[in-house]
Amino acid sequence: MAKADNRPFALRTYAPEKLREALRRMYLIRRFEEGAEDCYMRGLIHGTMHLSIGQEASAMASCMELTDADKITSTHRGHGHCIAKGANVGRMFAEFFGKETGYCHGRGGSMHIADVKTGNLGANGIVGGGLPIAVGAALSAKRLGKPDVTVCFFGDGANNEGAFHEALNMAAIWKLPVVFVCENNRYGMSTPASYATAVPNISDRAAAYAMPGITVDGNDFSAVAEAVHHAIRRARNGEGPSLVENLTYRWRGHSKSDRNRYRTKEEIEEWMARDPIARFQADLIAHGILDQAGADAIAAEAVAAVAAGVEFAKASPAPDISEVTRYVHAE
Amino acid sequence: MNAINPETALRTMSYAEAIREAMALAMEADPAVVLMGEDIGVYGGAFQVTLDLIERFGPDRVMDTPISELGGAGVAVGAALTGLKPIYEFQFSDFAMLAMEQIVNQAAKLRYMLGGEAAVPVVFRLPSGSGTGAAAQHSQSIEAWFGHVPGLKVLQPSTPEDAKGMLLAALADPDPVMIFEHKLLYKTRGHVPAGRYLTPIGKALVRRTGTDLTIVAGSIMVHRALEAAETLVAEGISAEVIDLRSIRPIDHATILASVRKTGRLMVVYEGVKAFGVGAEISALVAESDAFDYLDAPILRLGAADAPVPYNPDLERAAVPQVDTIAAGARRLFRREV
Repeated sequence: MAKADNRPFALRTYAPEKLREALRRMYLIRRFEEGAEDCYMRGLIHGTMHLSIGQEASAMASCMELTDADKITSTHRGHGHCIAKGANVGRMFAEFFGKETGYCHGRGGSMHIADVKTGNLGANGIVGGGLPIAVGAALSAKRLGKPDVTVCFFGDGANNEGAFHEALNMAAIWKLPVVFVCENNRYGMSTPASYATAVPNISDRAAAYAMPGITVDGNDFSAVAEAVHHAIRRARNGEGPSLVENLTYRWRGHSKSDRNRYRTKEEIEEWMARDPIARFQADLIAHGILDQAGADAIAAEAVAAVAAGVEFAKASPAPDISEVTRYVHAE
Repeated sequence: MNAINPETALRTMSYAEAIREAMALAMEADPAVVLMGEDIGVYGGAFQVTLDLIERFGPDRVMDTPISELGGAGVAVGAALTGLKPIYEFQFSDFAMLAMEQIVNQAAKLRYMLGGEAAVPVVFRLPSGSGTGAAAQHSQSIEAWFGHVPGLKVLQPSTPEDAKGMLLAALADPDPVMIFEHKLLYKTRGHVPAGRYLTPIGKALVRRTGTDLTIVAGSIMVHRALEAAETLVAEGISAEVIDLRSIRPIDHATILASVRKTGRLMVVYEGVKAFGVGAEISALVAESDAFDYLDAPILRLGAADAPVPYNPDLERAAVPQVDTIAAGARRLFRREV
């Protein structure tokens, strides 16, 4: 009898190369967010931004099985989702810098990065705004006879929006191929999810819409990958939507205006000790998929990619101000 | 030979039937066109506009939605973003307020926010207007609200011919289009050409030529303005009536050319007078060279500054009628009696 495979789900399911690429993208997300913060501090970026440092496993593990034909919808805290789905960090930085070479030609900024051609239907500045849109994308796939699925990212705050409930209900009655991935980072700006939500787990809401719901450790790459894997398989088999709740934490404040008055330093440090990148990397090393030198190389590569991305953005041309109304309508 | 085809000449149908014919034509031609809305299936829609379409095209393409306007509109937006061409029917235009987020923040802005890298070819149909005794939450005329939103196109057909041609034009348009259909017009009949034709978006139409006064009106107000214009003939007033047809984009050229010719302008609309279509058109004229041609102040006739009332006499009094339009015209000629 063959020995039982005790490796975590992700490690026994995905090829080593794919796992290393996942780690690379997680590092890329972390360094991208730090790079964005640094550019902001140095006055190179204006506006605001919502950083996802600490939530990298949720973004990356949820995208493991997606092709360019599969869709995601994202949130105001969406940089990680973009990178996980394969976005180019140079074009992302260019968008932050408001440059013509950015994903949105400088019209969208941090909260609207999208790449429809590779299935990223966009971040969204409205909490809950992406949920019905994700259901619409799943409806398109079903009506047009395509095998594509849509992964719909949203935060704990969105689960109290009417759009969440309407979207889950419609996805369920029409059995649409969509996976609702709630990134519960414990706070809607400053308001705790435990205060704002009547049920203990956001995944409990799934029962109201007759779909499976599961809550997992969102900082455990393999736990997220396993939950989303089953949800995607269900969606592709025509069995309808699922709700996956990833319990995670943002290390940084809600946005640049946050002074962390609603949470303690101890709480932040406790969550930083559960670093999703360090945990995933340790797993990969422990199971021989990577050695320390290989991990260091991946980390260094992310630093270089981010530096190159910033340089690309700096060197890119700004939009022509005479084109302020361009792109309102089709040309 | 230019003999009139008798079949074409006699081809009349109702406004509702014309809209239905447009939808059926579009669905036959393009499998990506789907209908969504509340009770649009076997019920045929609250105003019977989609009657029998579910039998012809099946429930996958004529989709009854739950009573979920925000979600339903959003699903239509997401579907439009990814390859379908949805026509979403709001049961009453008033219910669009439940979906403002998806219409205004998402549908209207996605192309721009994404730097032209996305398209949302969705069509929203909105039964609109007063006169049915349905009171304040089922009788509004809110088309001007959407005139304020870059990224949207906002249409108001007044005839069966335009109702069909505008819907087909909206479907051919790569951007979101809102069509405000008047509930009192659904049963009105008129000539409707066979086959596929597009009523150009953003082009007003001079329905009646005149020399003394320009009346700009939309939707059912076009018919009231035309009737008022006839009563004014005996008083020596020759009114030109422009059917606005499109609120966004608005046809500056047709309006300004008419005002330069007549020297007088009255704007008649069913929405609340303040901050409405009349304000936009008045400002348009005031900011242009046509201002120099004015022989009288501009007059706006819109709805009373109140919710639409239930009592039929109050309801009638709340919005412009043939007699109030004619009286408005006389004021511009200082012939008030």
